[in-house]
Amino acid sequence: MPHDHHDHLSPSGHPYRPDDDHPLTYWQQMEIAVRELLIEKGVTTAQAINAQIDAMDARTPANGAAVVARAWTDNAFRAALLDDASTATREMGFDIGPMRLIALENTADVHNIVVCTLCSCYPRNLLGLPPDWYKSRAYRSRTVKEPRKILAEFGVTLPENTTVRVHDSTADMRYIVIPHRPAGTDDWTTDALCALVTRDSMIGTGLAKLPSA
Amino acid sequence: MTDRTYMRVRHDMPPGHVRTPAYLRGKIGWVERTLGPFPNPEQLAYRQAGQPLPLMRLRFTMAEVWGDAADIPQDTIDAEIYSHWLEPADAPHAP
Repeated sequence: MPHDHHDHLSPSGHPYRPDDDHPLTYWQQMEIAVRELLIEKGVTTAQAINAQIDAMDARTPANGAAVVARAWTDNAFRAALLDDASTATREMGFDIGPMRLIALENTADVHNIVVCTLCSCYPRNLLGLPPDWYKSRAYRSRTVKEPRKILAEFGVTLPENTTVRVHDSTADMRYIVIPHRPAGTDDWTTDALCALVTRDSMIGTGLAKLPSA
Repeated sequence: MTDRTYMRVRHDMPPGHVRTPAYLRGKIGWVERTLGPFPNPEQLAYRQAGQPLPLMRLRFTMAEVWGDAADIPQDTIDAEIYSHWLEPADAPHAP
């Protein structure tokens, strides 16, 4: 019984994780040193840095979900989004900065999945910070070679006659997948639809949620 | 597909900052769309003015990139390749 060994286990019955205490790495020290110098020399301020961190943290996949839900319900917007996603999302009111965006539409025959093999390019302005696995060497190297195995590990198994299109974000463009709209949502509001659009469905490693059974 | 424009990615391994993935070098794909012009990142990386270049989105079949190791040969990989990395090519032969 896991709950018998109180010395080694947390109240949840799981082993305690070791504390994540370790000396600063070279690059962590470098970041602190450069940041302190920039503040000391008056190039920027601690407040300005905190404001940037707040702005970064405020971006979440809810932004991308709003774009997807509108594409599902507004045909003119969908067409504009597929034609020029940077302009369409900017006109929708999202501050995407200098980001250049391409929207990839999943259909009954095509499933899109996004990876950056060279680094970790990601549409942060619409999806927030990328998940750690997106930056892992395993995801980056395997997605271009065995995308269907990667998809299966995320719980997505596609029929052989669905074409899988991998998009390697190698240069100036960022990508957002427009997942296939689940059946049985015809009369749903855009707000309700937003709740079906997961982060992974916009990377292409997942599907939109089904109307909850 | 006779209306496709096929291009081969140069099979070079130059030193320095390059945004052409090694696994696509020497491979033939077709132009999915043309983007840019964008400044050449190989120059930007060394603080030089980047020459504006067209950026091509090329589409490759899994069969072309991975040969017999491809899982489903007709699945595809799209990537953005700067035009100075591309040379005209004929369609690859069916495997």
